[in-house]
Amino acid sequence: MSADLSPWLLLLLVGFLPNEIWRLIGVVLARGLDESAGAVVWVRAVATGVLGGVIMRIVLIPPGALASVPLPVRLGALALGFAGYRLVRRSPFAGIAIGEAALLIGTLLFG
Amino acid sequence: MSVPPAEASSALAAYTQGLAAASRSVFLFVVFGTYVGIGALAHDLGFSLPWALATTLLVWAAPNQVILISALGAHMAPLAAALAVSLSGVRLLPMVVSLLPLVKTPAVRTRNLLVPAHFTAISVWVEGLRLLPGVARARRIAFYNGLGTGILASACAGTAAGFTLAANLPVLFAAGLLFLTPASFLVSVYNSSRLAIDRLALGLGLAVGAALALANVAFDLVWTGVIAGTLAFVVDRVRKARA
Repeated sequence: MSADLSPWLLLLLVGFLPNEIWRLIGVVLARGLDESAGAVVWVRAVATGVLGGVIMRIVLIPPGALASVPLPVRLGALALGFAGYRLVRRSPFAGIAIGEAALLIGTLLFG
Repeated sequence: MSVPPAEASSALAAYTQGLAAASRSVFLFVVFGTYVGIGALAHDLGFSLPWALATTLLVWAAPNQVILISALGAHMAPLAAALAVSLSGVRLLPMVVSLLPLVKTPAVRTRNLLVPAHFTAISVWVEGLRLLPGVARARRIAFYNGLGTGILASACAGTAAGFTLAANLPVLFAAGLLFLTPASFLVSVYNSSRLAIDRLALGLGLAVGAALALANVAFDLVWTGVIAGTLAFVVDRVRKARA
């Protein structure tokens, strides 16, 4: 698959351009806006809301190998990771490590 | 919470401070692990290592790369694949629009904003929003570019490692790599949100996102962002008006 040009052309047309266009539109829309503008506060809330959606989408409709982990284990690991973050010095690293450990142990016990 | 960096004397010094901030970021590890999964996926579907690295450099958005690589690997029609990638890429728009006002100066040229816009992916955006307020405004673009370079370099290293190790990755380990994305987004977005409106938007995004994903609504992420973000914005305004 690496010898011909087509994967490279596909990367540009299917991967790069359809994705980068949103960053470029963002550059245009951000012109003339300053960070305290109501529109920027709203857009930032929208961006944060989308992240919440991305998190739940991956946990509820998991891609690839994550689908082999039972749903209650996925949800439980997410909740335990957040609890771990709150309990261990508000450290994101601790939260992620605890969430991952919960996912692995939960799958071994209940998978 | 790290101490805001001291004022940099030059753009190069600010860029270096950005690189140093990347080296201390939890995302250095998260992104490495996430991209181990992406490198392995590209290997399994028959792509070359330079091609896999190019997707990381050019697309620089992990969920979109998963869509791109799986779609092309499954020989999906290019137009349908491009549409799927683009739908997932919409989320970059509000991230760029909310980030650039933070790094701009009145004299800045649009072309100097293209690189920070390209570096904007969830990891760099979250760290940028957290750290930029502590950086002198004139140095913010250089700092943010340094931050982006450091985290993107870690992603490239992860891509190469995953591509090389692909055949030896157990399923449970691969599942753990995929789980890095939701686990890290949740705690790091919460951790970097200092304002009530950010936490509200995140919580509403989780609830609305879950409902729309389960209901199989088309464009669920776009609707989730608009509904959760607008609700959070309105609630925040009402609260402030009463205070």
